[in-house]
Order: sequence, then C-alpha cells, then structure tokens
Amino acid sequence: MKKLLLGDEAIALGALHAGLSGVYAYPGTPSTEITEFIQGHPLTRERGIHCRWCTNEKTAMEAALGMSYAGKRALVCMKHVGMNVCADAFVNSAVTGVHGGLVVLAADDPSMHSSQNEQDSRFYGKFALIPIFEPSNQQECYDVMAKAFDYSEAIKEPVLLRVVTRLAHSRAAVEIGEVRDTNPMNPSTDQWVLLPGIARRKYEVLLSKQPQMEEAAENSVFNKLERGGKKLGIIACGVGYNYVKEAIGEEGNILKISQYPLPEKKIKALADENDAILVVEDGQPVVEQDVKALLGTGYAVKGRLTGDLPRTGELTPDCVAVALGKPAGPAFDAAKNLAPRPPQLCQGCGHRDVYAALRQIIDEMPDARVFGDIGCYTLGALPPFKALSSTVDMGASITMAKGAADAGLRPAIAVIGDSTFTHSGMTGLLDAINENSPITVIISDNLTTGMTGGQDSAGTNKFEAICLGLGMDPAHLHVVTPLPKNIPAIAQLLRDEIAYEGVSVIIPRRECIQTAARHAREAAKAKAAK
Amino acid sequence: MKKDIILCGVGGQGILSIATIIGEAATKAGVNLKQAEVHGMSQRGGDVQSNLRLSTESIWSDLIPQAGADVIISMEPMESLRYLAYLSPKGTIVTSSKPFVNIPNYPDEAALNAELDALPSVAKLDIETVAKDCGNARGANMVLLGMAAPYLEILSVGQLRSAIATVFARKGEAVVEANLKAFDAGVAAVK
Repeated sequence: MKKLLLGDEAIALGALHAGLSGVYAYPGTPSTEITEFIQGHPLTRERGIHCRWCTNEKTAMEAALGMSYAGKRALVCMKHVGMNVCADAFVNSAVTGVHGGLVVLAADDPSMHSSQNEQDSRFYGKFALIPIFEPSNQQECYDVMAKAFDYSEAIKEPVLLRVVTRLAHSRAAVEIGEVRDTNPMNPSTDQWVLLPGIARRKYEVLLSKQPQMEEAAENSVFNKLERGGKKLGIIACGVGYNYVKEAIGEEGNILKISQYPLPEKKIKALADENDAILVVEDGQPVVEQDVKALLGTGYAVKGRLTGDLPRTGELTPDCVAVALGKPAGPAFDAAKNLAPRPPQLCQGCGHRDVYAALRQIIDEMPDARVFGDIGCYTLGALPPFKALSSTVDMGASITMAKGAADAGLRPAIAVIGDSTFTHSGMTGLLDAINENSPITVIISDNLTTGMTGGQDSAGTNKFEAICLGLGMDPAHLHVVTPLPKNIPAIAQLLRDEIAYEGVSVIIPRRECIQTAARHAREAAKAKAAK
Repeated sequence: MKKDIILCGVGGQGILSIATIIGEAATKAGVNLKQAEVHGMSQRGGDVQSNLRLSTESIWSDLIPQAGADVIISMEPMESLRYLAYLSPKGTIVTSSKPFVNIPNYPDEAALNAELDALPSVAKLDIETVAKDCGNARGANMVLLGMAAPYLEILSVGQLRSAIATVFARKGEAVVEANLKAFDAGVAAVK
C-alpha cells in the first residue's frame, strides 16, 4: 500500500510501525509535524503511546532516555537548535548507552527558513560518537525507522536521525511496511550511574564500538556506490543525492551516503577510480572536511569549502547542476514590479497591541532597550513596530535584560512568549528575582505555541503561580488584556513598572487568533453534532 | 510526461488546498508526485510557495530547477512574478488579477499588469469575483485551480473534479458542490 506523506509524516509512521512506545518533543520548524502525526494516529490511542508535548528538548531527551531504560522504544524530535538545549543529556546518553531503541531526530534548516542559524546536527552525532542516518527521500524516512530502532538496540546506543527542511516538508508516495509490536517493559540491569570511575569505563565501551559502527556503514543498504559512464567522482549525502541525479542521471560515479560514520573503504574506492571528488551535502561541510583529511592534501576534494558549491544556504537543483557543469539559467529576466513580502503578525493578534504600547515607551525613552525572544512576537522587530534590539535563543530575553541591567542599562525590558517562558525563561527569571534586578519582563501569553501552528503550551493557566513561586513580589506582577482599547493603560503600566528599580512582570493575556478561530470551529462542529 | 508546477500566493490564501487536490488526483491516477511545501514562519502573511512535480517517470529533486516550471499557479499577481526565473520559456502563468496589498511598497498596478501581459502565456482572472458570483466567496482557490486545469495535461479535468469531491467529502455534499461549481467556472473562464 502507498501513502502520500511528508518526510516528517513518513518518519512518524515509520516509528509507529517500528513499535514506538513514546515520542518526546518540543515544537520546532521543520520537525513539528512528526509529533502531530503521531498524536493524530489511531495506533497511538490504541496502544497508549506517549505523545504529549514536552516543556523543552532537554526534558524530552531525558524522558525518552528513561523510557529506553525501561526497555521500550522512544523517539525524540526537535529542530536543529533544540540539539543545543538537550546536548547535555544527548551526549551523555551515548555514554550510558541505551536499552530500548532510542532515535533522536534533528531537523536541520539550512537557508534558515524559520531559524536563527544553520548549524549541522551531524556534528552532534560525530561529537557523541554515535551512528547517524540521513535519509534522502520520503521512502527512506519511513524505511530507516525500523532499521534505526533495531540497530540502536543491537549496539545499545542512541542513533541520530538527521533530516533537512526540504525533506521534512516535502510530500511523496511511500510504500508502507509491516506493523511491529511495542517492546514489553523490561528495565535495564546495567549500571547507568555516570560517576567518574564508571563513566571512564563506559566511555571505553563506547569507543570500542566504533569499528563496528564503521563496518555497519560500509555494508548499509542506505550507502551505495553507483558507477556511471564518466570519470566523475561524487559523494552525495542525504537529499544531495536527489539533486545530483536530477542533474546528471546515470552519468557519474556516485557514492550515496545516508548512514554514518563515513564508509571510508567506499570513499577510498571512489577516490581510486576518479581524479577528483565533489562532495554534495546539505548544511555545513562536515563530510567535505573529513574526506579531505582521509584522502590527504594531494587529492582534489571539491564542495562548499572550495566554492564549487555555495558556502551557505540549502542545496538547490540549480547550484548542484552548476557544480556539475550543467547550469540551466533562467529563461526570463528577473521581474521588475516585485517587492519583498516579509511575514508579519496577524491582524488582530494580541502581540500587536503589546508592541503598540512598547513602541510608545521606546519613543518616549530613547535609552530603552527591548530584548526579544523566539516566537511569532519576534516579528515585532520588523516595521511598523521595530521594537526589538535582540533575539538570540529560547529564553535569552530575560537573562540578557538582566545582564544589561547589571551593566547599568535602563530601562531594560524583556519580551517573551508563554511557551518560550516555560521552555527556558523560568530559570532566568529566578536569577533576576534573586537579585531583584531592575528589569521589566513582558510574558506575552497567547495560550499556545503560536509560531509552529498552535500546539499546547506547557504553562497555560500557571504563569502567575509560577512567577509567585519563583519569588515575585505580587505588587509588581500584573495581568492585562492586550486589545487596541487597552494600549494606553498598558503603556502607563509599563511606565510605572519601568520606574520601579526591581523585577516587574507584566502578563498580557489573550488567545492567539488562529487557535481561537480553530476552537470556535471545533465548538460549532461539536454543537452541530449534538 | 512531466509537469512541474509552482503554486504561490500570500500566507493564508489557500494554496496548500490546491496542492492537496492535485496531490490526491495524481495519487489516484498513479502519477508520481513530489510536493515541497513551506511551513512555519513564512506562513504569517508573507509570500508562500509550493513546488509540485508530477511525472510518469521517477522524480529526483523535491525542488523545480530554474527555467523548469511548466505552470505557475498564483493566488496573487505580484507573487506570480516572484518565481519568473523558474518558469520554462514555454511555460504559462495562471494568476488571480487582484492584488493583495499588505505591504507599503506594493508596485504600481498598471506597470505590474503590463509586465505580466508582455509574457508569452498568461491567464489572468478576478477569481474572487468569479467565486462570489458562484455563491462561494471562499472558493477563489478552486476557481484558480479550474483555470489551471487545461494546462496541467498530465491530469484531466475529470480527475481533478473527482479529487475535489474526495478532499471535501468530509465537509458534506453542499461544500463539494460549491467547490465544483467554482472549479467549473474557472475552467470555463479560460476556454
């Protein structure tokens, strides 16, 4: 049977059919649809598979490791920058090893379609010394899951699954395989306590598995050496393979790589048969560097580092065709009557009313700086509001405002969303409260994780309690309703709290208009069904 | 045979519904398909596009190469020009004629129309008005799909009609009929 699936959906279905017992994730483009697909699948209800969103990627990674300890198969999903958040648990999970199969999915976003950098998660896999799978198409996304879980259990290590935006968010028909049972509960009897003495021993075990992982990559069904007619050596990783095939079909000698560590014997064989190698990989030049080191300075290795392919941005069929000497070129000149159309906050969105008030404050107080965060409200940086001075990573608004205030900056204002606050803002607020730092924190609460499409937000209905529990002075904790008519009152509240030399928290709260519309539709449908 | 299609517009205009219907028709017809979508940040009132590749042969790249698109289907006239470098010399633009202005520097409408009209093959229509005249104000995207239908070739008008019926089936008979009416009006408009 064939089904039309996004790469993300193929991963989700592959995991379900591989006997998944729990998915652990925080929403992040382009990974969100994996967890959403699992949440909506009948097998999930039937089998009681865990699928609720986690507070952040670190809690997700740790919970999945716990499920693996208990003997069951777990999947962790995140966008690439989520790897930074869970890195501690991720790297150490390779040292503890795993029991039930554990697959960590990182969805990279070269070209930064919806991200603040284009870091390549394959570095994390190498860093943790574990195998990486990098499927090249939707069918491989599905097929790789059963293999990855089996392999994880066979070598007792987590495996990293890396996809990029173009695969995560592209649809194709996928042939569906068999459905396997979940694992029974069967807790590990191994020692997982990473005290130095034990960790040293376990690290040796991890290192001792490396030749076995290399051998597996040499013989992997996902890595194959195709010999075409011409003396043209190409290493094509993940989706890079598709662009190579699009450009040259059967012409070249292509080593397709979708499983790491690198199959060095195959690479040497390719090098022996050709005069040069072009490395086609999406993301950073991870493989190109390794192949250069492997083949030595005398051998010509081309790719992103040599300028044969662009140093930044996602691969396209066009840049790969150029690197292979087959440029297409546009048929028409670029259009003249064309203006950029950047994304913007929805009309009627509560964040707009918050920024309208903030804009007044910034106009009145030119020394004010507003430290932003990650979410829809990052769009407050763009016209007409132009209200933000920084956006760095999840939670950095509060802590950067604090550091700037420590340096003497006044007024220091932080803007953070509700979901981002529980993801990584709470600990920073505790730091600020403990020093009563003179900052004004706006937790713009739209009752959802908006940017990624309206997933549940972990702290909904708990924000006042969280702030008070962290030690907030109730006199400086306020909840307001962001509506156009309330903009003057919100601006006045900001003035008053900025004048206070200590931590203030203002929570503008109104539901995201997108989820509100969805909830209204659902309510109408439920009423009609009665 | 292959047909490479770029679907474009502004976030929220319903281009993914068009993609879903073409995808359904292709799957039923046994035509190979790859469809790259844009999710996430750019969906918020910004420009959006989807690359849809249909072929009786195998399809490698998820993205359409430059000068490769057979049809650009656009919910907005300026957006149809954004992907001009991807249009094949023999390709066609099928677009709504009505600008969606949510930016301060939207180009002069007469100049925009002149540039579109100078291209070899363009079908323009005020799809919103046609949809309203059909009594289906939310069906502008179906009017547009109808306009594009004769250019798709790899899928017949009949196959697209039954895909509309399948995709909207769960919303009831009335919704299916309204969308088919809008689609038929689009087909009739380009004849």
